[in-house]
Amino acid sequence: MSVPPILSLDAVSKRFDPRLTLGDRIAAAIGGDVETRAVQAVRDVSLSVAKGETLGLVGESGCGKSTLGRIAAGIMAPTSGAVRLDGEPVIGADGRKHTTRIQTVFQDPFASLNPRITVGDTLAEGPIAHGLVTAGASRAYVAEWLDLVGLDPSYASRYPHQFSGGQRQRIAIARALAMKPDVLVCDEPVASLDVSIQAQIVNLLLKLKRELGLTYLFISHDLGVVRHISERVAIMYLGRIVELGPTLRLYESPEHPYTQALLASVPRLVTSDSDLAEFRPIAGEIPSPLAPPPGCAFHTRCLHAGPRCSAESPALLATRTGRATACHLYTGGVEKAA
Amino acid sequence: MSAPLLEVENLATHFFTRAGVVRAVDGVSFSVRPGQVVGLVGESGSGKSVTGYSLLGLVDPPGRVVGGSIRFEGQDLVTLPPDRLRTIRGRRISMVFQDATATLNPVLSVGDQMLLAVKAHESISDKAGLALALASLSRVGIPDPASRLNAYPHQLSGGMRQRVAIAIALLHRPALVIADEPTTALDVSVQAQIIHEMRELVRVSGTAVIWITHDLATVSSLADDILVMYAGRVVESGPTRTILREPRHPYTRGLLDSVPSRNPPGVDLPQIPGSTPSLLSLPPGCPFAPRCGFATGLCATMPAVENGEGRTWRCHHPQGIAA
Repeated sequence: MSVPPILSLDAVSKRFDPRLTLGDRIAAAIGGDVETRAVQAVRDVSLSVAKGETLGLVGESGCGKSTLGRIAAGIMAPTSGAVRLDGEPVIGADGRKHTTRIQTVFQDPFASLNPRITVGDTLAEGPIAHGLVTAGASRAYVAEWLDLVGLDPSYASRYPHQFSGGQRQRIAIARALAMKPDVLVCDEPVASLDVSIQAQIVNLLLKLKRELGLTYLFISHDLGVVRHISERVAIMYLGRIVELGPTLRLYESPEHPYTQALLASVPRLVTSDSDLAEFRPIAGEIPSPLAPPPGCAFHTRCLHAGPRCSAESPALLATRTGRATACHLYTGGVEKAA
Repeated sequence: MSAPLLEVENLATHFFTRAGVVRAVDGVSFSVRPGQVVGLVGESGSGKSVTGYSLLGLVDPPGRVVGGSIRFEGQDLVTLPPDRLRTIRGRRISMVFQDATATLNPVLSVGDQMLLAVKAHESISDKAGLALALASLSRVGIPDPASRLNAYPHQLSGGMRQRVAIAIALLHRPALVIADEPTTALDVSVQAQIIHEMRELVRVSGTAVIWITHDLATVSSLADDILVMYAGRVVESGPTRTILREPRHPYTRGLLDSVPSRNPPGVDLPQIPGSTPSLLSLPPGCPFAPRCGFATGLCATMPAVENGEGRTWRCHHPQGIAA
């Protein structure tokens, strides 16, 4: 890649250990049936996002995409590995986030805005605390950002309940932008919105990227929206990236069997009776992250799986220029361990 | 073409709130033939779910069906006494809801709650009832159904829970199933499985389905006919693929145009401006007019329902036909 990455994740892993109560610990000590297994939510993920790029992060529930997004945004510390912004660690040795240059937009604008605080105060709070604006000048500052996201600046005195879902998501975006970030982590920003409103928010994100030169990490389960907005896409399955590549090439010729199955599962808008093709949905369900299958986590559902797949975990390796796939099919076959 | 199984005429369901009367469903008419799959499509507040609930008498106060008729197998469900409606609900017409976690009773095993559903309509031994439950579970593609009978809902995945809910709905081999966003909460791959299975079930059993959804892509391959709803009214209806190929109503067209996969990547999507109107303060005339690019002065009056070529539309400026 010619442009140096602005955001890079280096071998990031995240494990959640169950928090045992005293009772649980005693029960476990005397041989009781207590859940003590850890969840490995993210395993050894390395990613980089170039300045001005949109990287789509796709996966089904429980794949770890939101956890990875939180780690990338510096909201959560990884168990191991590092997140860097322009080469500087996002989380310092004290375990706290050291930059305001990455901000986040969450899925549910009903939960992410404080119902008791006016929109104006919500937008001004961060910038004042970080010295981006003085309290005296904050009113004009807030008006500017509201205007940019397509809201009337007079709305600053209103409360979140006075807005529709689409307007609230605009407010959440304005709040993130008011911190003047370079990178925006968007976690399912259109998933809870009505169809006609989704297009409005997608367009707003495209416009903001053009006007402010933003970089997006765009997390979604909606393959259609991701295809529209991203230059590159990473597909996650049970904590790992299984395929990574330029959007159109990945959508047109997916390499990983999971990507192939996922893309085939997306309901297509059929407008002609002759296009009513039968398809074979992917079999089974995502295994529990508490007990992921050994080797390649997808081998239990994969049509091509062989002995090697349950024995050896495939690495994410470049198969073509700019394309990487974690599958033994592309590194010597699935029969015998290399 | 066979006689309709269900005929809804001029259905009106209003909610009498302190802030005013919410006309959630206002003059909706449609029919469903045996074995037909009808998609009821709309955004939140369009009245699609309330329409479905009205059919089964499931609208709670302050809501009430205030007008129209629902003819089903020779009876009007609107005027039917509650005890008679109860013999139809769950037996001849059943419902699948969006959230299977809320549908299922968390403290009863799958087998026990299925047995309750069987016994609500049939006096039958436990053994015979469980045999029915088992058969229904295997019909919806649940692997190892015998062991699932003893499982509790929390032990099942989201997809399995929704399959159990569908199995309960199909227990009595109903003539009509109303499914309200049954796959919306599920992952893409599980959604694909359930849609695939539903299509098979409908084909084999001849059950008619009303599939309520906001997702045009999902119904496009599943439904024979669709009704597009906006602000409590059907704005357009007819054969699914015809409507999606040549929408007449500007709202349907706007929804279709804004689908990302129908646009080149990275460009601004054609968007419908504004947001869905509050049902408490609908504009006089066409409720879509304030967001419509084709609106004229004429749209201040309510357009009548027009029909032709097997479809209906409710618009002063229908697209794709010469004025």
